[in-house]
Amino acid sequence: MIDHLDQFFVLLQHWLVSFLPAFLRPAASIVLGVAAIVSLFPALFALTTVFERKGLARIQNRIGPNRVGPFGLLQPIADGIKSLTKEDIVPLSADAAVHFLAPVVLVVAVFMGFAVLPMGRNMVLVNMDAGLLFYFAMGASTELSVFMAGWSSRNKYSLLGAMRAVAQMISYEVPLLLSSVTVVMITGSLSLTKIVEAQNHYSYGLPHWYIFTPWGCAAFVMYAIATTAESNRSPFDLPEGESELVAGYHTEYSGFKFALFFLGEYLSMFSISGLGTTLFLGGWSAPFSFLTWVPSWIWFFSKLMLSIFIFIWLRGTLPRLRQDQLMNFAWKFVLPMCLLNLLVVGLWRFMGDAWLRWVLCSAVLMGAYASMSWVEMRRKHIGPRSYRNAE
Amino acid sequence: MSFVFYVLAALTLAGALAAMLLKNTVHCALALTVAFAGLALLFLNLDAQFAGFAQILVYIGAVAILVVFAILLTRGSETPRDGVYSRNWFAGLVIAAGVFAALSWAVLQSVRVLSNETAEPTVTAMQIGNALVGRYVLPVEIVALLLTAATIGAVIVAMHEKEDPK
Repeated sequence: MIDHLDQFFVLLQHWLVSFLPAFLRPAASIVLGVAAIVSLFPALFALTTVFERKGLARIQNRIGPNRVGPFGLLQPIADGIKSLTKEDIVPLSADAAVHFLAPVVLVVAVFMGFAVLPMGRNMVLVNMDAGLLFYFAMGASTELSVFMAGWSSRNKYSLLGAMRAVAQMISYEVPLLLSSVTVVMITGSLSLTKIVEAQNHYSYGLPHWYIFTPWGCAAFVMYAIATTAESNRSPFDLPEGESELVAGYHTEYSGFKFALFFLGEYLSMFSISGLGTTLFLGGWSAPFSFLTWVPSWIWFFSKLMLSIFIFIWLRGTLPRLRQDQLMNFAWKFVLPMCLLNLLVVGLWRFMGDAWLRWVLCSAVLMGAYASMSWVEMRRKHIGPRSYRNAE
Repeated sequence: MSFVFYVLAALTLAGALAAMLLKNTVHCALALTVAFAGLALLFLNLDAQFAGFAQILVYIGAVAILVVFAILLTRGSETPRDGVYSRNWFAGLVIAAGVFAALSWAVLQSVRVLSNETAEPTVTAMQIGNALVGRYVLPVEIVALLLTAATIGAVIVAMHEKEDPK
């Protein structure tokens, strides 16, 4: 019974496909998998918008959406109908073809990333040998669509927002890749299913997730910073900083095209959280060995929603960075720390199973962070608050 | 030569042609991206996963972005009045034909040299990694040195000039 529940979606797929003639079955099972992804994640997106607005409202001491349905739960349906019925305005001087293509390219590229994520035991659409590489290749293609949107709108805010977004995404892609490479170095495989399998062991009832190793913890922190910047979320939301740029690269989009950008942004947040879950948090494996009876997909989606919650929490808490702070942070702090972490992973890999490697790796990382923060804090000159204009 | 190959070849050629013939420079850059994507799909069609995804990651993710940045930061995408075609197009044509002839000669020669390949080789990402840090480590390091030198050069070009104290 438990096993059946764990494999529920896989069995459902096999059962549905079995009605078809044999030569159609491989294609039909792929179509079913794609349909599941294409319908599930937008539904999750609709839920998350309510969740986010409610959560932000709670943080800001408001009530949030509460008019449509019980507790405002039907708000996304109202929003969807609104964006579908709104007039689609294309600026007269805009480049119509590129303006139309940009949101489509974005959403397609983002959806492709879900193909290699293992969402449960045996639940992966394409079990690719180079899965991680595929994911990053698809992620890299979204940058171009952001540029296309900003450039084709013929609006200074759009273009500025797009330039900021692309510069930011390129800068933070380097630490994103470098922190993921550590996992590949230890697992010895680019396949995401193999990475999850490698973490799905327990000793003393505790899992062997990579986040519970010194290098894994450091890499996860860097990964979290880089993903927040990659998905243009606060505190890295300069590309759409509404106080400076109206709405950034999608200023000139209205109606359903705007909804597509919104969808693409949230989907990329889901998929990048899913990748982080897979790389560092053990994917679909249970957090304790006595909980392994709970279906694997429940664990994957719980971890995913936990990451989303942290994204929302950060958005409600942190102020926006300045452009120079953003770039300095990426190139002068995150990148050197990622490079150091690569060395530490090499040490970890070749020091054998002794306890000494725990001590040495932790000491190197903590020493680096402590000395860096000591140097930076000395440079800061923190004193009593001074006012420039309000004295 | 399957049907898929012809579709992908047509896509790649169309992208490359559009990159040459379109008037707007940004459109040319985007068309070039289509050609890059077509090449990546051709690699995938040949079962070369690593090469295909690396092509997408490097060329669409980085080179195309670099190209559009260069266009926007230098002179904008507006088409000049007197057209975009160079006057010495004939010399360009001759050079392009020469390079194409040399490359196709080399490719056709390789068929004769490697004619005893019977089975399709299967290359995994791991083998490529081992080759890169094993047999080909020197070329990789030389390329890395070259790129580092280029980065340092770019930083020096972009660095602020020191202001003279008055």
